[in-house]
Amino acid sequence: MHSMRAPNPEHPKDPVSSNIESPLDDAHFIKTLRAQMLSFAHLQLSDETLAEDVVQEALMGALNNVGSFRRQAALKTWVFAILKNKLADVLRQRKRASDADRLLKSHESAENFDMLFDDRGHWLKEQRPTAWSHPVESLKNEQFWRVFDTCLSELPAPQARIFMMREFLELNSEEICDAATISMSNLHVILYRARIRLRECLDIRWFNAGEPPQ
Amino acid sequence: MNCRQATRMLSDALEDTLPFKSRAALKLHIVMCASCRNFGQQMGVLRQLTHDYAKTTDGEAQSLVEKSKE
Repeated sequence: MHSMRAPNPEHPKDPVSSNIESPLDDAHFIKTLRAQMLSFAHLQLSDETLAEDVVQEALMGALNNVGSFRRQAALKTWVFAILKNKLADVLRQRKRASDADRLLKSHESAENFDMLFDDRGHWLKEQRPTAWSHPVESLKNEQFWRVFDTCLSELPAPQARIFMMREFLELNSEEICDAATISMSNLHVILYRARIRLRECLDIRWFNAGEPPQ
Repeated sequence: MNCRQATRMLSDALEDTLPFKSRAALKLHIVMCASCRNFGQQMGVLRQLTHDYAKTTDGEAQSLVEKSKE
C-alpha cells in the first residue's frame, strides 16, 4: 500500500529502497533498531544504565559480524537473538525485590473482565472468540509486528514484562518467580491477564480487522 | 465450569500439567463450547508467535542464530 504514497521530500533517503552496502551504514536504521532494543531491555530490567550496557554489548557483537549481514532484517534478527540471551542471563542472576509491590498492585487493581464475560462467567455474545485464519502467516508480515508491539505496550508494564520473560526470553516459571519475587499463583494470574488482553487486542487489530495489508 | 474458568485453565495449562479432574472437566467444556475451543487454539498461536518476536524468516539470519547456539 505504501508504494502508492508519494515519496516524502523531507526524508529523501528511504532506508528500505536506498542502495546501502551494509545495514550498519544506515544511521536511521541503526538508531531505530537501538531504540527498539533499549525500550525492550528497559522494560525487562527497569534500569537505564544496565539496559544501555546490554544493548551496547549486543550491538557490538553484531558489529563484529558485520561482514555477514547484507540485509537489515537479518541484522535485526541477529541482534535481538543476542539481546535475548543477554537479558535472560542478567534476569536469572538477579532478584528484584522492588518488583513484588508493583506487581501485586497491578494484581489487586480491579481489572474489568466483566467486559468479556456475563454474570455467569460465559462469554458475552460480541466477545466470543472466533477462529483466526492463517495465524502463522502473520509472522512474515512487518505490519503484524507493529500491531503486536502496540498491543504489548497497552498492557500494564509489569504484565508485559512477565509475559515476555516467559514467552520470548523463555525463562521457566521458577526462574521468573525468583527474578521478580512473586509467587507461582501470582505468576499464573499475571500470565492469564496478559494473554487474555493480548488475544483480544490482536483479534481486534489484526486477525479480525479485515484483510491484512500485503 | 464456565468460560471464565475454562480460559483461566487454558492459560494455566501452558505452565503446568493440570490435575486429572480439571483436565477432564476442561475437555468436556471445550467439546461443547466453540468460543473456548477457539480461545485455546489462540493461546497456542500466541505462544508460537511471541516465541518468534523480532525474528524474521530470513534464512541468512536464522542460520547465524542456529550457529550461535552450538
